[in-house]
Amino acid sequence: MKFAVIVFPGSNCDVDMYHAAKDELGEEAEYVWHDATSLEGFDAVLLPGGFSFGDYLRTGAIARFSPIMNEVVKAAQAGKPILGVCNGFQVLLEAGLLPGAMRRNESLKFICRPVNLAVKNNETMFTSLYNQDEVIQVPIAHGEGNYYCDAATLASLKENNQIVFTYEGTNPNGSIEDIAGIINKDGNVLGMMPHPERAVDSLLGGADGLKLFKSIVKQWRETYAVKA
Amino acid sequence: MYKVKVYVTLRESVLDPQGTAVKKSLDTMGYQAVEDVRIGKYMELTIEKTDRDVEEVVKEMCERLLSNPVIEDYRYEIEESVVL
Repeated sequence: MKFAVIVFPGSNCDVDMYHAAKDELGEEAEYVWHDATSLEGFDAVLLPGGFSFGDYLRTGAIARFSPIMNEVVKAAQAGKPILGVCNGFQVLLEAGLLPGAMRRNESLKFICRPVNLAVKNNETMFTSLYNQDEVIQVPIAHGEGNYYCDAATLASLKENNQIVFTYEGTNPNGSIEDIAGIINKDGNVLGMMPHPERAVDSLLGGADGLKLFKSIVKQWRETYAVKA
Repeated sequence: MYKVKVYVTLRESVLDPQGTAVKKSLDTMGYQAVEDVRIGKYMELTIEKTDRDVEEVVKEMCERLLSNPVIEDYRYEIEESVVL
C-alpha cells in the first residue's frame, strides 16, 4: 500500500506521518509537495499537522487552494482513505470535504499534551482495530481545535454515525459535543485534532495511535490484496 | 481602480473567545458599559477595473476565501479611486 504525505509550506508533522506509514507499518510512503498536480499511484492520502501558510487568514484556508488539493478531492471521491490530522483536519474543513469549522481554543491557549479519546465509531476503515468505546491516549497540539458546526450539521453527524472520536474526561478546547474527530458520510475521509502519528511507538510515550494506521492497511488488504 | 475594505467577524451565533476575553478585561478596567466585544479581521484590497462587476467579484472572494461562511460574516465597502 502506498501513502502520500502531502507537504505544505509550514507543515511540521509530515515526517511523523511518513515515519508511521513507512517505518511502523512497513508500507510505501512518499512526500508530495503542495504544488504537485498528480496523486497517481497512491492508495491513501495523509494530510499532516503544522501551520500551513503560517495559518494566515484562517487555519487551512490558503492550503485548501493549493494545486494538490484538487487531486485530494478526486482521491476522496474515488473512495481512497484520506486522513487529516490537526492542520490536516483544518484543511479538510476548509476544503469542504468535512462539514464544520474550527475556532480558537476556548482558553485561547495553545495546548500540547496527551489526552484521552473515546472511539465512538469502530466501524470505519480507520478504526476497525479498536473496540467500540475504547479509550485511547493520543497527544494534542493545537491552538485552534475548537470544532464548531450548526445544529442541523450536528444532527446529521450523529444520525450518520460520523463522530469517530470524542475527548474523554476533560474537553481541552471547547469543541461542540467534545468532538475530536469526524468522518465524511462515505466513510473514507477522517479529520481529527489529536495526533495518532505521534503515538505509534512506546518510545514516544504510547502506541495507541498505531491501530488507526493499521486499520487503514487492513481495510486496503481486504479490499484489494485478498481478492488478487 | 477600486479600494475595497473587507470586514470579517464571527457570526453572532458563534461564541467569540477572544472577544469574551477582551470584554472581561475592559470590565475589570471599569468599562462596565461595554455589553459585547467581537473581534474580527480587516482587509484592504486594491482591485483593477475589469469587465466583471466589482461587487460580484468581491462577494465571490469573500465567500470563497476571505471569510468562512460556516462561522463568519463579512461586509465590505467599495470606493472607486481616481488615478491621477
